[in-house]
Amino acid sequence: MEYREMIQVKGLCKRFGEIQAVDQLEFSVREGEIFGFLGPNGAGKTTTIRMLVGLLSPDSGSARIDGHDVLREPVRAKQSVGVVPESSNLYGELSALDNLIYMAQLYGVPKKEWKQRAEELLKDFNLLDRREGKFQGFSRGMKRRLTIAAALVHHPRILFLDEPTTGLDVMGARGLRGVIKKLKEKGVTVFLTTHYIQEAEELCDRVAIIVKGKIRFTDTPDGLKEKVKETEVLEIQPHPFSPNLLQLMEGVPDVEKTTVVEDRIRFYGASVHNSVCQILNRLEAKGIKILSIRTMVPTLEDAFVKMTGVDAEAMRADKPMKMGGMG
Amino acid sequence: MEGFKRAYYIARKDLKAYYFKPPLVSWGLMLPFVFILAFYLRNPQGIADLSPGLVGLTLLFSTTSMAAIVISFEKRIDALERLLMAPIHLRTIIFGKALGTAAFGFGMGLFTLLVVFFLFNLHAYHLFSLLIALLLSCFAFGFVGILISVGVREVFEAMTLSNFFRLPMIFLCGVFFPVTAMPWILQVVGFALPLTYSVDALRQSLLGRGGILPYWLDILILLAYCMVLFEIATVIFRKRAQE
Repeated sequence: MEYREMIQVKGLCKRFGEIQAVDQLEFSVREGEIFGFLGPNGAGKTTTIRMLVGLLSPDSGSARIDGHDVLREPVRAKQSVGVVPESSNLYGELSALDNLIYMAQLYGVPKKEWKQRAEELLKDFNLLDRREGKFQGFSRGMKRRLTIAAALVHHPRILFLDEPTTGLDVMGARGLRGVIKKLKEKGVTVFLTTHYIQEAEELCDRVAIIVKGKIRFTDTPDGLKEKVKETEVLEIQPHPFSPNLLQLMEGVPDVEKTTVVEDRIRFYGASVHNSVCQILNRLEAKGIKILSIRTMVPTLEDAFVKMTGVDAEAMRADKPMKMGGMG
Repeated sequence: MEGFKRAYYIARKDLKAYYFKPPLVSWGLMLPFVFILAFYLRNPQGIADLSPGLVGLTLLFSTTSMAAIVISFEKRIDALERLLMAPIHLRTIIFGKALGTAAFGFGMGLFTLLVVFFLFNLHAYHLFSLLIALLLSCFAFGFVGILISVGVREVFEAMTLSNFFRLPMIFLCGVFFPVTAMPWILQVVGFALPLTYSVDALRQSLLGRGGILPYWLDILILLAYCMVLFEIATVIFRKRAQE
């Protein structure tokens, strides 16, 4: 099947001093899909997005957005794009309505459509009754919704979402995921960076896993899980739990990797079932009880852990809120 | 044309969002008024000769304050990135910021002139020349303010750095005494600062006398300042955005 490629990235590199933030990135995003860029904090996700939206120049390589080279035709490339940065950075002194009208002005929306489009978006994002409220007085969830609305004011063909649910409560994050699904239904191509594996699994048609500036794998979530389907996953909930228990499990036969998920330990390997007795014996010898034990079908998280070696707990840790951009 | 329109929207938003910030009012308007009052009380007859310098000071303080607050504040809250992500050329963004700053300074300058005209029964010798001098001065000082604010992170840092440049200008640029009456080394510094040409042009268009350079030369030099500062601001802005 032929796909129109809305984002094409070839050999993209960016270095900050001694740190190679992004190294030879190659990927493309098809029209109408939700493409997830999944990786731990500091993997190079935000640097990539900043190069794609024209905030940073790559050291080498090229990127095309909707057919336009981001370096040679930055203004045309930006016209096709809506960007939702990690921080909700609209203008605190302006009302919700004025913020959206200002964005419409900046993105060249015809004057007669400014107010209509702004009110339409406020209605879609359940903010119509707060249209005259100043952005600085909004809750974090409302700010996030208005920031997404602002990115859509000019009907972009591609939407970049940088860690969209970071810092939101459970309900806010769920609502936002619903919004992203609706955008896909409307044909918007979505490029989503996240360090929440479940979020990528729920939303994305395809996922690229990036670690230390390099893409390790690109596939559908099911495709990635397929790659580790031969892997068995055993999960044990010990009591009392301690992360130090991982040391106790070193050298257990048939276990390729162990990770901690909340207060449970996961064991990965092709024949982990052979080692159950030995694992239980080691715990019992230390007087540790077992609250639950189960085998699992590999999830995207398991695939991620197996393929990258990155600890899932480290992935879940929110990064500190950004306090400044330029300067 | 589209670029000018978007620059206008940027300027209009800045005026709407930041017009009543206390530092703008205090540094933009209060300080020159305090000077006017102080010098009037000391020597009521000499206020006419001082008025061009005081108008120049109003322009300097109001425009640089506006630029310092708007840009450093928007940098701090990441809002400036929003402009950089929009389909607008960097030059348009810089020009838009300068336009907002210049419009605010122009308004403050006109207001100060009206107060001077009304209180001290003065009138403009050549109104059109006066307005041109006002406008170019506002843009030149606006670019100075943009340059200062691009290099700092916090609003208070911008205000401090602005004062580092502004306060010496009060004494070096012919506001209170002629540049030519100063020691030669200070004259060199004075002639390197845009306020000197602004005050000289304002003096000639307001009073019709007392110019050091011909009016047209002051205007040309102010125009050159605008162009050079615009280019430098664009280069530094682009460089800082990449860091």
